[in-house]
Amino acid sequence: MPEKEKEIPINVESDVLIARQAGRDMAKQLGFGSADQTRLATAISELGRNVINYAVEGVCRIYDESDQSMIRLKVIVEDHGPGIPDIKKALTDGFTTGRSLGVGLPGTKRLVHEFDIVSRPGHTKVTCGIVRPRPTGGSGVGARRTHGATSRQSPSRQRGRW
Amino acid sequence: MNVPILRLRDVLLTSIQIDLTDQEALDFQSDVLHMVNDTEAKGVVIDITAMEVVDSFMARVLNETASMVRFLGAEAVMCGMQPSVALTLIEMGRELVGVETALNLDQALERVQELINQREGNEVSGAGSSSTPNDTDLGRSD
Repeated sequence: MPEKEKEIPINVESDVLIARQAGRDMAKQLGFGSADQTRLATAISELGRNVINYAVEGVCRIYDESDQSMIRLKVIVEDHGPGIPDIKKALTDGFTTGRSLGVGLPGTKRLVHEFDIVSRPGHTKVTCGIVRPRPTGGSGVGARRTHGATSRQSPSRQRGRW
Repeated sequence: MNVPILRLRDVLLTSIQIDLTDQEALDFQSDVLHMVNDTEAKGVVIDITAMEVVDSFMARVLNETASMVRFLGAEAVMCGMQPSVALTLIEMGRELVGVETALNLDQALERVQELINQREGNEVSGAGSSSTPNDTDLGRSD
């Protein structure tokens, strides 16, 4: 029985590796394809790095929020660090504080379907999610049109939501 | 040394088989450069077939390692990138720039040899002799 929820403390660098592997495993269990698995694991890696570099410690929670028609994985990375002074700026492409030199939040945002961030001194919480129509099994023949029914197809990703 | 580096005549061969933390990635970079220097290797092949996740930091380390290797006077080729890794890097906006890549180890070894020959060809041009690639032809597998 696949797990519904996982919580991984992020205190040291190697915790980020654990969190991203956990995200990858859960995505795989739910039926996400390898591209989505990799995207999610990479997003967790980026967010986890931010925790280590800026907040020293935090936590990563991964939830299975799938329902009958959709598979959905939500990831929350939260810390009690100094916070992001200017979120709007941080979400602009090309912005970097120069310490981690990653792709920052904009790059991470592009990897997932749902993305939300709240931050103030003492608390930062990034929520992201990947969603796909539930891959069907063998019964492909049916009167009901199921666009993007299998994970082989790529339903349009929700670009431009932000 | 977290990631073993093997020596195959004058080419260094390394294959990243485990997840690396940021610090381990930097250690790997340092190990590669030191070994190029110590062995006077002419080429480096970095195999990343086993890497299921390459995040922006790792991508940057790989990119820079290749540049640094060339700066030391050797050639660098990376091989084995997983399709979903390539996809993710492009989407994220952290694609590798200016790194020689090959699909697999075979092709990477051939390519690095080609690059070495080119470099040696350029260096001896004008000296009246041409390079003899046959004695260091790593493209053949026996």
